[in-house]
Amino acid sequence: MHSLVFIKQVPDAAQVRVDYETGTLIREGVPAIINPFDTHAIEAAVQIKDKFGGSVSVLCMGPPMADEALKKALAMGADNVFLLSDRVFAGSDTLATSYALWAGAQKVIQEVGPVDIFWAGKQAIDGDTAQTGPGIATRFDVPLVTYAVDIKEVDPQARKMKIVRLLEGGTETVEVPMPCLITTEETLNHIRFAPLPYLIKAARTPVVLLNSSNTTIDASQCGLKNSPTKVKKAFTPPKRERGEMIEGSLDEIVNTVYAKIEPMLKQLGKV
Amino acid sequence: MIKQDITQYKNVWVFIEHNEGKIERVSLELLSKGAELAKDLGCEVCAFTVGDKVEQFAKEVGEYGAKKFYIIENSALKEYRTEPWRDAIVYLIDKYKPEVALVGATTLGRDLAGTVATKLSTGLTADTTALDIDPSTKNLLMTRPTFGGNLMATIFCPDNRPQMSTVRPGVFKAVKNPTKPEIIKEKYDITEDKIVKKIIEKVQTGEEKVNLSFYEVIVAGGKGMGKKENLKLLEDLANVLGGTWAVSRKVVQAGWAPQSRQVGQTGQTVHPKIYIAAGISGAVQHVAGMKSSDIIIAINTDPEAPIFEVATYGIVGDCLQVLPKMTEMFKQKLVK
Ligand SMILES: Cc1cc2nc3c(=O)[nH]c(=O)nc-3n(C[C@H](O)[C@H](O)[C@H](O)COP(=O)(O)OP(=O)(O)OC[C@H]3O[C@@H](n4cnc5c(N)ncnc54)[C@H](O)[C@@H]3O)c2cc1C
Repeated sequence: MHSLVFIKQVPDAAQVRVDYETGTLIREGVPAIINPFDTHAIEAAVQIKDKFGGSVSVLCMGPPMADEALKKALAMGADNVFLLSDRVFAGSDTLATSYALWAGAQKVIQEVGPVDIFWAGKQAIDGDTAQTGPGIATRFDVPLVTYAVDIKEVDPQARKMKIVRLLEGGTETVEVPMPCLITTEETLNHIRFAPLPYLIKAARTPVVLLNSSNTTIDASQCGLKNSPTKVKKAFTPPKRERGEMIEGSLDEIVNTVYAKIEPMLKQLGKV
Repeated sequence: MIKQDITQYKNVWVFIEHNEGKIERVSLELLSKGAELAKDLGCEVCAFTVGDKVEQFAKEVGEYGAKKFYIIENSALKEYRTEPWRDAIVYLIDKYKPEVALVGATTLGRDLAGTVATKLSTGLTADTTALDIDPSTKNLLMTRPTFGGNLMATIFCPDNRPQMSTVRPGVFKAVKNPTKPEIIKEKYDITEDKIVKKIIEKVQTGEEKVNLSFYEVIVAGGKGMGKKENLKLLEDLANVLGGTWAVSRKVVQAGWAPQSRQVGQTGQTVHPKIYIAAGISGAVQHVAGMKSSDIIIAINTDPEAPIFEVATYGIVGDCLQVLPKMTEMFKQKLVK
C-alpha cells in the first residue's frame, strides 16, 4: 500500500494577532506548524502502513523553510518526503494549487510508484477553504471522501475501503475503490509519539526538492497570474470595542444588564 | 489557465441543497441574496438542483423568487455522492452557462463546490460572508474571512465563469418574493452500476441538527459551565428569552453537546441581536463565529478573559450563579 499525503505548513492561526494600526497580521514570532488537520492524515497513512505494509510519501508545496514540516512528517513515520517549491507557484489560488500538487504528485508516482490512497487534511487553518483536497481528487479522477472520522475497513485484496464521514447532524459509511482521496477530521485518530526508529530514519532521509525544472509542471497553469480568483483587497475586520463592565451585587448586575438590553428586547417584540 | 468568453454567461444560479425531501435553509437565503445580485446585473435569479424527485421543490423555490428552476431527475442521484452529482451539475452549467453560481457552505456544499469548480476550471471562493457587484466591472465581489477571522479578503474572478462561491448559512436572510418558476428539466444518463462509491449506512447522531442562525437570541456556554448537566442553565435562560442555546468547541469535544450546537470557525457563524457568552474564554476561533452579534454579554470569572475584548457588556462572575439569576429576573419581566 502506497499512501501519498498532501500537507501544508501554516502559521499557528491561534497565535496570529492583528495590528489594527496598519490593518495587517502580525506573524513575527508565530511558529509555523503542519496544518493540524494534515497531521491526522499523516497519522492515518502511517497506521495503514503499520498494518498492511507499504510506504507513505508526503508532498508539501511551499517556501524552502517548509522542509521543517516534512522533517516532522518523517518523524511521524513517513518514508519519502517531497517539497514542491518554486517562485512560479507564488500567489496560486486553490485551482492553481490543486494543479501544482497534482503535477508534483506525478513525479512522486514516477519515483515511488502508483498511489493507493491519497490523503489531505479537511482544510488549512489559515485559508480555511477546504478545496484543495476535492480539487486534487477531481484532477486524479478518483473518488473523494471528505470529513473522514473513521477508517472502518481496508481490503487490499479487493482494493476497497470503508470510511465513515461526517454529515451535518450525522455520519455515513461509504465504500470506495482504491485509489481514492480522503480528507481528514481531527477526530479520525490520535497522533502517537514518534517511535525511535522513525526518528532515526527521519534524520537520515533527505527532503526531495521538486520545482518547475525537474517536473513537468506547466508554469502557465499556476501562480498569481494564472489563478482565476484574485484578491481585490485584504483588510482587518473592524475591531469590536471593549465594552462596559457591569459591576455590583448579583442582583444589581442582572438588573443593569436588563435595563441595557430592554430596548432591544422591545424591538424584538419580547417585552 | 483557460480564459473563457465570459460574455456567453448570464444569470445568477443558486444550488438547492436538499435532504430527505427538504430544502436546506441556506439555499433559500441564497435565492434572496441572488435576487439582489441579479437586479444589479440586470438578469434573473434561477435555482438548480439534481436528485431523485426534485421537481417537488419548484413551489418553494418560487416562493423565494427563483424565475427558473433547472433540474436533473434520476433515481441514481437520489442520495448525495460527489462524483455523479458533480457530473450532472457540470452538465447543467456547461449547457446553460450561468455567470454566478452560489452554493451553501455546508458539509455537502463544500464537498461539492470544489470539485465542480475544478471540473469547470473556474475560480471558487469558499465560505464567503458578503457578496456584492462591482458597479464598474459587474464582477462579483466575494468577501471571506481567513486566519480564523482575523483577516478579511475580497476576492473576484475576472476572466472565468461561472463566478462561484460557497456562502455560510445564516449570513443572508431568506425573504419571500413569490414567483412562478419555469421548470427546465434536463435528461442526464447515469445508472447505479456506473457509480463506484456506495453508501453503506447513514446514522443520525445526537439530536436533530439545529440551525443556530434562525435565532435572535443565543445563550452560549463554554468549558466554564463545569459539567454537562449545567448546560440546562443555558437552555432555561434561552427559553425565557425566546432564543436557543449554543456552545464552544471545548464543550463539544468534552461530549457535553453535539457539534450542531457549536459556534465558531469550525462550527456555525451566527449574528443574533443578543449573544450571551457564559464561561467562554473568547478564543479567536470562537469569536470568529459570533463577533458580528449586535449585543454581546460575557460572563467570566477571569477579568482578563479575551471575550471581554469583544463584549458589549462584561460581567466578572460565576456563570453558574449569574445565569439562574438572569433566568429568574428576566422571567418576571418578560412573561406576562
Ligand atoms: C482549527 C481550530 C478550529 C477551532 N474551531 C473552534 C470553533 O469553531 N468554536 C470554538 O468555540 N472553538 C474552536 N476552536 C477551539 C478554540 O481555540 C478554544 O479552544 C475554545 O473556543 C475554548 O473553549 P472555551 O472558551 O469554552 O474553553 P476554555 O478555553 O477552557 O475557557 C473556559 C473559560 O471559562 C471561564 N470559567 C471557568 N469557570 C467559570 C465559571 N464558573 N463562570 C464563568 N466563567 C468560568 C474561564 O475563565 C475560561 O475563560 C478551534 C481550534 C482550532 C485549533
